[in-house]
Amino acid sequence: MNAVVTFWSSHRRELAVLFGQHIVLVATATSVAVALGVPLGIFASRRPRVAAPIVAVANVVQTIPSLAMFGFLLPVPLVGGVGARAALAVLILYGLLPIVRTTIAGLRGIDASVRDAGLAMGMTAGELLRQVELPLALPSIVAGARVAAVVGVGSATIAAAIGAGGLGEYIYRGLSMVDTTVILAGAIPAALLALSVDGALLWLERQLSPRRRSRTGRGVAGVAAAVVALGLAIAIGVASRGAPGAIVVGSKNFTEQLVLGEVVAQTLERAGLPVVRRPNLGGTLICDRALLNGDIDVYVEYTGTALTAVFHRPIRADSSVVFEEVKELYARSGRTLLPPLGYNNTFAILVRGRDARALGLKTIEDAARKSTNWHAGFGYEFVERPDGYRGLATTYGLRFPEAPRVMDLTLSYRALASGQVDLIAGDATAGLIQALDLVQLEDNRHYFPPYDAAAVARAETLLRYPAARIALDRLAGRISASEMRAMNYAADVEHRDITAIAREFLDRIP
Amino acid sequence: MPDPAIEFRDVTFVRDVTQRVLDGFTLAVESGEVVAMVGRSGAGKTTLLRLVNRLLLPRTGSVLVAGRDTREWEPIRLRRRIGYVLQEVGLFPHMTVARNVAVVPRLERWPAERIDGRVAELLELVGLNAQQFARRWPDELSGGQRQRVGVARALAVDPPVLLMDEPFGALDPLTRAELHAEFRRIQARVRKTVIIVTHDMGEAFALGDRIGVLDEGRLVICDRPGVVAASADVRVRRLLDALPAIPVVRTRAEGQTDSGSAPAGDRP
Repeated sequence: MNAVVTFWSSHRRELAVLFGQHIVLVATATSVAVALGVPLGIFASRRPRVAAPIVAVANVVQTIPSLAMFGFLLPVPLVGGVGARAALAVLILYGLLPIVRTTIAGLRGIDASVRDAGLAMGMTAGELLRQVELPLALPSIVAGARVAAVVGVGSATIAAAIGAGGLGEYIYRGLSMVDTTVILAGAIPAALLALSVDGALLWLERQLSPRRRSRTGRGVAGVAAAVVALGLAIAIGVASRGAPGAIVVGSKNFTEQLVLGEVVAQTLERAGLPVVRRPNLGGTLICDRALLNGDIDVYVEYTGTALTAVFHRPIRADSSVVFEEVKELYARSGRTLLPPLGYNNTFAILVRGRDARALGLKTIEDAARKSTNWHAGFGYEFVERPDGYRGLATTYGLRFPEAPRVMDLTLSYRALASGQVDLIAGDATAGLIQALDLVQLEDNRHYFPPYDAAAVARAETLLRYPAARIALDRLAGRISASEMRAMNYAADVEHRDITAIAREFLDRIP
Repeated sequence: MPDPAIEFRDVTFVRDVTQRVLDGFTLAVESGEVVAMVGRSGAGKTTLLRLVNRLLLPRTGSVLVAGRDTREWEPIRLRRRIGYVLQEVGLFPHMTVARNVAVVPRLERWPAERIDGRVAELLELVGLNAQQFARRWPDELSGGQRQRVGVARALAVDPPVLLMDEPFGALDPLTRAELHAEFRRIQARVRKTVIIVTHDMGEAFALGDRIGVLDEGRLVICDRPGVVAASADVRVRRLLDALPAIPVVRTRAEGQTDSGSAPAGDRP
């Protein structure tokens, strides 16, 4: 806990920014969900035949896991892509269900005689709605907004996966660095925020119940309306925001990518170019779509990954053949693969150093003989990718007593070190290999294709900023495997600031 | 001779193909008159009221208010000149007593001082101390007080017509008798054209200048209380006989009265 407090005080300004982003994100999404959900609920409550399908659709939307939802929305124009806009779209969709449902319930719960009295007194449909139905349904609607906001605080942490910022940044960063302090630094304020939002809206709900409605209640309702209006204004602002006049540098969500993203960003800045950083995007597919949509302009990809996971081509063994093929494939979709950075980040099949020494394990072949009573743990991508687990098992005849456990890539290093699993597939350049005394087994049958790291950029951006191309070309062949591992070690094990690591590296190269 | 305040001309109302709620219903209610309609549940009483303020329109025939067919009335205008009192009262739970009474004046955009004055006047009229009750919430009132507020609300813009749907049905007998007396007192002052529907013949006798009996959508009789009490029609007698007998009558030695004891006979 002390460590968390220390972390907070040393990251005060960043914490404030992320906290602010989180609140703005949730408040905006909830406001828009209210602005859309209440009219939708009113409409549905008038037409029971429409209500059932609307609620059914909203229900289905609610059951889609949020990360999957971000994935679905990536290719959608206007709302898709990465950044705050897509995150807002997802959070709004999640908020709609509770609000629509409570609006319908609130309106349906009104005593028939009350509605009758209003009609018989000569209220028009609008007067009945404004003076009788909405005020009576209001506590119920606020209850829905409360659920939407609390769910939103939680979902917004996941929005960091698509670069929307917020407290999820710390959670993802912590996961990448396998550092519980950083995870807690994000998780604790997020939980506190959820609790206080819940409490505040519960209080509002009570203030608005008919019996307690008073002048203060009305004042509170006014404040709530102002918050909704502000949220709407922000949403419109975000939605209408044009392309920023800067190069957007993306990265995937693990340490090496964060370091490389920073290296690329600083390289461009040193060439005097305006840069926006969008680190921590949730995986290869998200980065690829973001690059295609123009949400980011450049990120570092690995040739083997691009070949198999992005373009679905069969694996090749020769690294220059793979590079040329991938470059060609990228060119077809208006993207330029820049020269390799110099190292090959192949998958590393890892075991505990203790086991390797005791059993004399050197190659994956050696491990295959022992694997029948071992447990394996793999990242999500490794299980699914064509150059992943399935082919590896076939090539080496690996057999485990049970299906490999699927876990976060960065967590799997810890899982291996602590004995929860016996074999994992990590990155060859991971700083944790050394830190946790893990041993990489040799791929003696050459199963894994080459994974040469290289920046890939939108051709359009390179044309617009010729200086960017020159600057990025300077990185060609500059990063060796040991250089990369050292930088990863500095970030993961020594917890050094990634900005400083990248700066020191760039100072070293001519 | 001026037009009747409310007139039903051969009105038929059909809920679905099989069920005639009202069948060839004809009735004229004169201005300032109280007509009490009696009938068992489902006899079409509420439908009758809803035809007057155009919450419903007749299938055939016509309903005239102040000489104009309800089809020609603009429904909102029509409803704002007709007060409506329901058995469930239908007070708005999110408004104080004063706000409830002020609903129609506010819809009519009266100036605030005029509304305040009118609310105080109406609360006094229905026997509620304005100081004490104006700021109360509906759920802080007894059943009788709530019904008084309902009457005040219906009278707010001084509408010429008042419709009352089982207005005192949910109250205990003592409170009911009290409110009957109140109603007669208020009516003597405001002289509204009133249609009251009720399933209770006793209430009809207590309130009506004329009493109508509705049976299966048809009007059996509509006449002065004395005439109705003397009717030999079996459909009328059934309702009269449903009134509770008072056992004390038996103590007289001179034998039995002819048909139980109809308190109707006690009325002047």
